[in-house]
Amino acid sequence: MDTKILIGVEQLYRYYGHYLAVDGIGFELAQGEVLGFLGPNGAGKSTTMQMITGNLAPSAGRIAIKGIDLLDRPRQAKAEIGYLPEHPPLYPDLTVDEYLSYCARLHRVSPAKRGQAVARALQRCGLGAVGKRLIGNLSKGFQQRVGIAQAILHNPAVVILDEPTVGLDPNQIREIRALIRELGETHGIILSTHILPEVQATCSRVQIIHRGRLVFSESMETLRQRFIGKALTVETARPLDIAVLQQIDGVTAAELLGANRARLHFDAANPADRVAACVASQAWGLVELALDRQTLEQVFVELTCSEETGPTVEAA
Amino acid sequence: MLFTIASRELRNLFLSPLAWAIMAVLQLILAYLFLTQVDTYMTLQPRLAGVEGAPGVTDIVVAPLLQTVGFLFMLIAPAITMRVFSDEKRNRTLSLLLSAPVSMSDIVLGKFLGVTLFFLLLLIMLAAMPLSLYAGTSLDSGKLAAGLLGLALLLSSFAAIGVFMSSLTEQPVVAAISTFGLLLLLWIIDWSGNSKEQVASLFAYLSLQTHLTSFLKGLFSTTDVAYYLLLTTLFLVLGIRRLDQQRLTG
Repeated sequence: MDTKILIGVEQLYRYYGHYLAVDGIGFELAQGEVLGFLGPNGAGKSTTMQMITGNLAPSAGRIAIKGIDLLDRPRQAKAEIGYLPEHPPLYPDLTVDEYLSYCARLHRVSPAKRGQAVARALQRCGLGAVGKRLIGNLSKGFQQRVGIAQAILHNPAVVILDEPTVGLDPNQIREIRALIRELGETHGIILSTHILPEVQATCSRVQIIHRGRLVFSESMETLRQRFIGKALTVETARPLDIAVLQQIDGVTAAELLGANRARLHFDAANPADRVAACVASQAWGLVELALDRQTLEQVFVELTCSEETGPTVEAA
Repeated sequence: MLFTIASRELRNLFLSPLAWAIMAVLQLILAYLFLTQVDTYMTLQPRLAGVEGAPGVTDIVVAPLLQTVGFLFMLIAPAITMRVFSDEKRNRTLSLLLSAPVSMSDIVLGKFLGVTLFFLLLLIMLAAMPLSLYAGTSLDSGKLAAGLLGLALLLSSFAAIGVFMSSLTEQPVVAAISTFGLLLLLWIIDWSGNSKEQVASLFAYLSLQTHLTSFLKGLFSTTDVAYYLLLTTLFLVLGIRRLDQQRLTG
């Protein structure tokens, strides 16, 4: 069975005056995917998201939501999208209940289902206790959750979240990530964030945008296989000897990160048990032995910092 | 969808004290003017009684009152319409409407309708004053109805102009001042004593006031109705275009 394509973006361009903010981006989002959008500030993430949600018109290119062209039939296409912008579009003078029921009306949720839709969104985002309170009086975290509730209220096929966990406390972040994963099973989700562990925790695919171009697009699975787990970090209580570690079967290279800390690279099977045995036999006192999880960050840094003198982003 | 946005807009107005303050102040000032006008009529009445075809109570009390209502609305309309789009832009809430499955014309017309309904609500409250005269005397219902219709048309054009001006800027105050400027210009445009006949008649046609005056005389003319409807439509279309164009320029 082919997975259903929810978003198809082709050759998307966007100029601000002469400044080219989005330069020929194209990708697809299938049902059940959580797509992580990464990129430095000003890379064009938000602009891309605004174009997909119809807030901005692209200078050129095609956007289809569930096969419906966004520019030709915006109303039908927009009905399939839930969008949380960078700044949640909240009216501080309304209560949470009033606001969500207004949103439900805007999204043409039928009157019979409206109450149920609002109740479910409230419950999913953990807002049950604040339904009667004014949005303006809520804390930043709760406001952010109201924003998310607004985006998932009408049960759209695609949910687009621009930095959804900003301003939340660690517990709330966990809850929201769990919510995103849960939504990701039945919907298509695009998530933009600066927090790399968040992408690793929630996304099934990663795209990195740099200077308006798509420079990286891999599924999390490929990323894991290709990059993650090719290095081990070992830390011991007493100083270790790098030469001994290099001799371990399967270790291709070793670098010392401090007197008691080393990184071991390997190609094929994970040599963690042999490393542990070696450390034990040398009586260095094993403190930590971990797979290197920093690699998405390395990919990110590599792709977005290397070409400082890239092609100029000027209009023809 | 139109009515969802319109009712939200109308309710939003009542969430801030501004709408209530305007209602109270307007009511107070007009009540004072109304009483003075009634007083004038009382002193004039004995002398008018003998004159054939003398102006009645509608001409002496109601018409000047409605004229003043029109003028006062020119002062307060910008305060009501200034927030319509500029507030949404400033608080970045416009994206809620833009990403919802509603068309640009729904958004603009909904906002316009909300503001117009508020104005009409005010007008109905103010109309209670001249209507109260029915308790003691009889009015020229035709003239009163024409006057109220004229005012309703005038107010809808105020609303359209205000909504458009608000879509131009993020600063509510700038929107208010430019709305007021445009309304005042259209109000006084016929004051210029231009000697050329054609120019003078053009300016007279453009003036918001001359058309209202003919309504207040009890004159229901399609020229006047068309003028207000054209003005309203023009600015609504401009507002829709403006919102559309903003998606292109960002």
